[in-house]
Amino acid sequence: MADLYRKEEQVKKELLRELYTDLTRPLAGYSRSGKIWIGFLLLLIAVGTIMYVRQLKIGLGVTDMRDIASWGLYISDFVFFVAVSLVGSLISAILKLSNINWATPLTRIAEIIAVAALFSALAIIVVDMGRPDRLLNIFVYGRLQSPIVWDIIVVNSYLVISLLLLYLPLIPDIALLRKNMGHKPRWQQRMYKILSVGWQGTEEQFKILNLSITSLMILIVPVALSIHTVTSWLFASTLRPGWDSTLFGPYFVAGAFMVGAAAVVIVMYIVRGQYKYQEYITNYHFDMMGKLLVLTSLIYLYFNINEYLVPAYKMKSAEGEHILGLFVGDYSLMFWFVQLCGMLVPILLMIFKPFRKPKPLMIIAVFIVIGAFFKRYLIVVPTQLHPFLPIQNYPASYHHYSPTFSECSITLGGIAFVALVITLFIKFFPIIPIWETAHEKGISNETINN
Amino acid sequence: MLAAYLIKVTLHRIALSTIPELQHKILRLLNLIYHRQIIKKMEEKEKDKSRRKFLLDFSALGLGSLVASSLLTESCNKIGPGPGKKITLLNSKNELVEVDSLYISTLNKNLSPTHNSEGRKGLPGKKFVLVVDLAKCKNARKCMDKCASVHQLRPDQFHLNVLVMKDSEEAAPYFFPKHCQHCDNPPCVKVCPVDATFKRSDGIVLIDNERCIGCRFCIAACPYSARSFNWFEPKDAEKYKDVPYNIELNVPQKKGTVTKCSFSADCLREGKLPYCVSACPNEVYYFGNVYEDTVTNGTTGETVSFSDLIAKNAGYRLMEELGTAPSIYYLPPKDRAKMPEKDDLNI
Repeated sequence: MADLYRKEEQVKKELLRELYTDLTRPLAGYSRSGKIWIGFLLLLIAVGTIMYVRQLKIGLGVTDMRDIASWGLYISDFVFFVAVSLVGSLISAILKLSNINWATPLTRIAEIIAVAALFSALAIIVVDMGRPDRLLNIFVYGRLQSPIVWDIIVVNSYLVISLLLLYLPLIPDIALLRKNMGHKPRWQQRMYKILSVGWQGTEEQFKILNLSITSLMILIVPVALSIHTVTSWLFASTLRPGWDSTLFGPYFVAGAFMVGAAAVVIVMYIVRGQYKYQEYITNYHFDMMGKLLVLTSLIYLYFNINEYLVPAYKMKSAEGEHILGLFVGDYSLMFWFVQLCGMLVPILLMIFKPFRKPKPLMIIAVFIVIGAFFKRYLIVVPTQLHPFLPIQNYPASYHHYSPTFSECSITLGGIAFVALVITLFIKFFPIIPIWETAHEKGISNETINN
Repeated sequence: MLAAYLIKVTLHRIALSTIPELQHKILRLLNLIYHRQIIKKMEEKEKDKSRRKFLLDFSALGLGSLVASSLLTESCNKIGPGPGKKITLLNSKNELVEVDSLYISTLNKNLSPTHNSEGRKGLPGKKFVLVVDLAKCKNARKCMDKCASVHQLRPDQFHLNVLVMKDSEEAAPYFFPKHCQHCDNPPCVKVCPVDATFKRSDGIVLIDNERCIGCRFCIAACPYSARSFNWFEPKDAEKYKDVPYNIELNVPQKKGTVTKCSFSADCLREGKLPYCVSACPNEVYYFGNVYEDTVTNGTTGETVSFSDLIAKNAGYRLMEELGTAPSIYYLPPKDRAKMPEKDDLNI
């Protein structure tokens, strides 16, 4: 009997070792392609930074924003990044709280996407400010009436909770790294030591950890809903046709879940291919993510119908002009690309199982993300080009807005930053939770601790 | 605490929207009573032939003014001290009254130093209003030129923009000088995160470009497209480098901040009419104080009753349905002095 037990223990230990080796493989070092990739991202960030310094010197005039379209690509970027970040709460809180466990290997991917996107969102909003040197005025003179102040409060709360939801489940894994990463540089070992906060893996510690994670999961749901609702109010709280809508809150939240889920699909495809994780991120995961994407896209489709077809039916003067601009006017090409390639066709395809296989699903997800990016642009820009009163006596260029090189390179820098944060995270921490996977495979805490 | 704050904010908003009306009514009543008393007093004194100098208290002037026309035009300053000289003045009831020059004191141009924190308060006892007679506008653009030059604006920046309006395909076009509407329920002030743009007690909406963070939410929120941003270093920045900032003039302009029409609050403090109003050669603008119910034409200097002017000409406000409650009234463009032509439309 004791023999049998010991044998089983031996098997479990072997299994854990295998698991550990597999899941820490990305930490081993940088491949050549990996180095090129990081170099490329750093280059994009450097170009963006240089263009930003130039913008600081010359003024926001280096953009194509002017008095008529005074919000442009930067604000669309901000809305896009906030939208992407929402997926953290969907995968790691909403699904888990509903006892849906298939997404466990994906939680960390979702959380790091959320955190990275939030960093970029906060950076890009500072880039959009005319006087970034007066950032602190928001705290000195802040007025609670302003939706911007609400946004600052909820976005930062969401960032803190997301960071905790990323970090807390990471602690047992970091403790494993602390034990087994003796060959790494001194500073990295010290980092693991500090970050593992003396984790021993006792029953008591696991109890506290699980309780904290559950509390955070409950806490993050309303905060997540508010970040995108409040972000939508930056527009919906004005009187401008195209923004003056009571639907904007749920409309934005639905769109955010869709683009975030698509972003997770892309990252999980890359991680799986790069580190041969077919065993951990299976076809089943892609199939389920595909179904989740169909669900979120259908909800978004429903809101789109409400948002566009109802005003189009009424054709109120200013609103009608805005709708016509989207349907058949200056922005029709982008509009129909977004609606068809970024939403309708993906839904139709993903209904069929073959399209939920990893590769097709990834390609569809790329289209959804690109569509979602332009969708934010379509929400922000065209409305401003159709003000109530005619645009007269301005230079002809004021009737249009097309982002300049400065804006595009800073945007690319922001996207590169998100990719860099995710990449570096993968290089320092296991992207698929080790202890949670071990628990699922029936390996006890005792085995993990030894 | 949050609840208390929200209640305070709500009350403040309610107050913002209702009090001017209420105040207006009360003050008009007060005005009437005060006005009669002064006339009575003067008549008695006239009979007495006692030449005691009757100095008008200028803070009282704010409540009910006998010398309505002298308040906003500079005519007062030109009156000499010689006794026995009769001056004809128009009161708010549109009656001409003769007043001995001794009863009138000169308006001190430098009433108080315009410290910028003072500039946030507004002039006591005033609620400014602009009336634009659309029929009179010939698109001379003197108002625009004057405005741009005093406010250090680039040619593509407007505090004031004369538009050619055409309400529908068949409707006749007309010239439409568009200012900031100085709304009583201002969408721009609501959204400002740092209280850089604010509403004063005299109805003026100003911007403090030493506090503005350049988020441009106010530009996005303004339904009248009345605001402008300094996308580059402002015009003549070098020339204005050492000029101290005047919040009521919003000069010097600063890169990365929003700028807007200020109803020429700096002129109003000195008792003058706004720059655009006095620059107009075509009698388009009337400017005045709602509490006194008087407005003065910037071209003729004629002072008339505000309510009569609006009532007689069916004055209206821009996009009333938005609920912004503007401080600018327009007189319909009936019998236009000049019809807009093709050249006038500058898109």
